[in-house]
Parts: sequence; structure tokens; C-alpha cells
Amino acid sequence: MSPSLEARDLTKQFGRFTALNGLNLKIEGTKCVGFLGPNGAGKTTTLKLLTDMIFPTRGEAFINGVSSRRDRKRALGDAGVLIESPEIYSSLTPNEALGMVADLRGLPAADRRDRIRTVLGEVKMTEWADQKVGRFSKGMKQRINIAAALVHDPDVLILDEPSTGLDPRGMAEVRSIVRDLKKSQRLIFMSSHILSEVVDVCDEVALIDKGKLLFYDSLDNVTSRFADGHQSVDAMLARPVGADQVGQTVATLPGVSSATLLDPRRIRIKFTGGLAAQERLVEALVGLHLGVLQVTESESALEEIYLQQISRGD
Amino acid sequence: MAGATVDLPAGRLHVPQSGQQVTKLARYQFREYLRSRRFVALAGIVVAIGVIVTAIVAHFRGGLVASNLAFYGSFWGGGSPFVAVLAAVFFGGDAIAGEFQNKTGYFLMGLPLRRGTVYVGKFIAAYLAGVAMMLLFLVILVLNGVYYFGGSAFPWQLGISFVLALVYLSAVLGATFFFSSLFKTSAYGFVLTALLFIIGFTLLQDVVTGLVKIEPWMLISYADSAIGTIFASPVNWGLSGTITTSSMMVGRMHIVTTTYTAGIAEGVVIMIVYLLLAAIGGLLLFEREEFS
Repeated sequence: MSPSLEARDLTKQFGRFTALNGLNLKIEGTKCVGFLGPNGAGKTTTLKLLTDMIFPTRGEAFINGVSSRRDRKRALGDAGVLIESPEIYSSLTPNEALGMVADLRGLPAADRRDRIRTVLGEVKMTEWADQKVGRFSKGMKQRINIAAALVHDPDVLILDEPSTGLDPRGMAEVRSIVRDLKKSQRLIFMSSHILSEVVDVCDEVALIDKGKLLFYDSLDNVTSRFADGHQSVDAMLARPVGADQVGQTVATLPGVSSATLLDPRRIRIKFTGGLAAQERLVEALVGLHLGVLQVTESESALEEIYLQQISRGD
Repeated sequence: MAGATVDLPAGRLHVPQSGQQVTKLARYQFREYLRSRRFVALAGIVVAIGVIVTAIVAHFRGGLVASNLAFYGSFWGGGSPFVAVLAAVFFGGDAIAGEFQNKTGYFLMGLPLRRGTVYVGKFIAAYLAGVAMMLLFLVILVLNGVYYFGGSAFPWQLGISFVLALVYLSAVLGATFFFSSLFKTSAYGFVLTALLFIIGFTLLQDVVTGLVKIEPWMLISYADSAIGTIFASPVNWGLSGTITTSSMMVGRMHIVTTTYTAGIAEGVVIMIVYLLLAAIGGLLLFEREEFS
């Protein structure tokens, strides 16, 4: 059975405030899904309902087909959870904290030590394995929390803004860890309000605002569906170019609707025609001898869609 | 990636039974208590109480060491309930509330554990830490007893009184866990338990016996008297208390005082009822508590 997460008519009210309003969402398979939305949109509420940390006013949440409200123990058995950057008992070392998690999850004693060493390696905390967690920085604690979510090699990973509150280096490290996690066959459901993070790491995206799901689709589909048929890429150059040069060369290429110089070595190109057009565009760009180093999907595409969808609800 | 990847055995893991998880969790939590500053601090307080008792006995002697039963009746009977309350406040005050306030609960609640497992595991750990404090106090008194009474330092009543004190500890801890579950702020649990058990119940007992003039069977402070009265002769093992009336003249006023002392069985029943009501109430509260 492939891993899955499901919300059926999931609703949560805090007093008169509706934090989540009839969410229906089914995610199945091994992939990474970004759960996007502005602060207060209902992202963390959804994840807490999925993991039975709070209780639904209406509806039900399922992990691998098991209702987390009715049988939280079985539902969370195959899930790794990181919500709200938890604190670990300060007197424990990473080895001890992960040992406790492994023990409570029923990892065979014979495999425990090696498995803990592996996950500490994955989050690059091996050399801190026997230091007290109480002395750790926020970023280090977060890495131990990720290791704790991974220690039993779960089918499903639920991550709530894993890089929030970290410095740029910490954010990059967490992103790199999540990218590595994708290589293993599991379903990762990660909430974030950092668009670049989602573009960088996820295959699919779900957007939520004011407790309502606005869309859930693959990144490619979302981009083509909401961008009026336009796609957007950023070309990085080895040498600086001028705006005139860009206007006379790149902007006139077939399928290109606009080319904007973001900085002397970066051009944002809007075009139509899908993947085939993108392939022709890259070849043509190389042919212009501008010193193209790389062409990447523009982060702004999702950003534009995000802002457009969010502002529609205002 | 450092180190070789270790694959877990084929098939999904078997999450332990809730009973096993309780034992495991209690073991880790108890270790956490043993390493905590509060454990060292409370041990220091208990030793300090023991030193004061030792100094008082050494200085005054007389009736205090007239017999081993009088000695234990005064100091174990009077001191152990206080140590139990301190232990409950120190180890139970923030046991549940602290999980919310310090966000450690998010670490535990992401695991496949029932809420009841967390509650019971933490209760057992706090109880064991409290038992350690009771034992420490007992050892100090017994050392005094050995010094003054030699081979008579171990009357059978002391064993029963120790068990009664442990029952009392469980009842107070039950109440502490109830308050700790009621609030998401640790300080409330600490303050309410301390106020209630050190001052509140004693005041209530004075009101019930002095003004209402009935046996205060509904108060746990009445029940804890069984810990000391076991050293009296004859022992009231019964389910009803002993009523002693005395009168005296203060100036022209004739004052009659009535003292109620719980029978041993009565004291045990009251303590167990408190334990069950408070612990179950706290558990039900925790079952409904949201990590929002």
C-alpha cells in the first residue's frame, strides 16, 4: 500500500474563529508535497489535526488510511512528525533522546544504535551525539527533531515549517536534508510559507488560505494552469549583459513573450509552449553566446500565482 | 551523509503495547528527574529538615526520645506528610503543564503514544522520585533511631507508617497532576498544590471540626493523621475515627475542644478516594487537552 494522507471535511473552530473550513485533501504516493499559505492560513492547524494534537470540530484525518483521532497510536506508527519545533528534554543527549523515541516506537534493540547513528549522520549531528541537548542552538535542536522523526524510517513524514526560525545557513541545511529525504521512498508533507523552499524541494503544492484549500496540483501544472499559459525561467550568465542586448536578442526568440534583466547577470524570460518550447529556448539561449551557465524555473512564477490566489480571497 | 545507511527489518515496526510504553516512558522520565536540579534541590531540603530534626532531638531529648514510638510518631508522623507534599509539588507541579509550556509535549505527542500512556508514565516517574525523597527522610530518622534506641529502632509500626505515607504521596501527587492538567502554566500547578496541601486543607479541617463540629472525613489532611496515629497505643485500625474531647478554663471561659483522629483503614480509604478522583479527573482532562 502506498503511503497516504487524507483530510475529509476537516474543520476546526477555536471559539468563533474558523481556523480550517471543510478541508478535503487526499495525497497518495511517494513524493514531496508543499503545503503553502500565509501565516494564520490553517497550515499548522491541518498538520495538528492530522496528528491528533488537536481535535476536529467536524470531519476526520487519516494517515495511511487510519483515523488519527480514533487510533492515534496506529496512525502515527508509520509517520514521522515534526510540528512547532518541539523542545527536547534538556538533560538528554541526542543519542538518549533518539534512543527513547526508538524504544517507544518499538525499534528492535539490536538495530537501534546503528539506526540512530545513521539518522544523526543524515542530519549532520554525529559529532554532537553525546552532548546535552540543552546547550544546543535552535538549528541544532531542529536537526535532532528531524532525526527523531526519521529514526523509525517512516513511510510518511509530516513537517511543519522545518526551516522557520533558522539562520540562512540552517535553512539551507534543513532544505538539503529534506531534499535527501526525497531519495528514500516516502511521502513528505511539508508546510511552509517560503516559496523558494517549496519550489526547491517539492513535487506538488497545496495552497491554503483562511482555512480553505485553494488548489492542490503538481508544481508544473500549477504554473501552467495559473500563469495564463506562460512559463517563466531565470537564466544565469557568466558575463554581464545590457538591457538593450537582451531586448534585441533574447526577447526576440520564438515563443518568448518578455525578457527582463533582473541584474546584469540574470534574465527572467517568460515564454509559452510547455516543455518542448523550454527545450528550444535553452538551445537558442546557448546559441546566443551570452555565457549561459544555468536555466532554472523561476521562483517568481509560483510567487505570482501565490499572491494572485491569496489576494483573490481578500 | 556520514555513516552507512541502516535499513530496518522488512515489514513495519511493531509499536509496543501501551503497558510496555508506560514502563519505558516512566523509566526515561525518572532518569530525567534524577538528573534534574529540582531533584538535588529537594534532596537538599529533605536533608536540611533531617538535620533540624536531629538537632532538636539532640538538644531537647526528654519526652521526644522517651520511646521509639513517641519519636517516630512525632517526627515521621509529622514530617513525612510534609515531605510528600514537597515531593508532589516539585515533581508533579509541572509534569503535565510543563509539557505545554516548555513545548516538550510536541516531542512526545508526535510519537504513537496514547495520551493516557504519557499521563500514567509521567505519574509513575514522579511517584518514584517522590518515594526516593521519602526514603531519604526515613533513613535520616532511622539513623537517629538507631543512635537513641539501638536494636529497637525498627518497630513494626514504622513499616506500616511508611506504606501509609506512600499512599498519601500518591494521593497528593494525584491532586498535583489534576491541577497540572487543568492549567497550561506550570506555576499554577505548583502554587495551587502547595497552598492547598500546606495551608488550605488544614484551615478547612479547623473550620469543619471547630465550627461545623463534624468528623472531617472528606479531607485528606484528616486522613494523613493515620501516618502518625499508627504509633499510638492502642491502634485504631477501624473505618471510623476517634473523637477526643478535652476542656480547659481560660480566664472565665470554659473552652471545649474536640479532636478527630482517623482510623487507619478510614485514612487509607480517604487517601485512595482522593487518588482515584484526582488522578482520573486529571487523566480525563489531559485526554481532552489540545496542543494548540
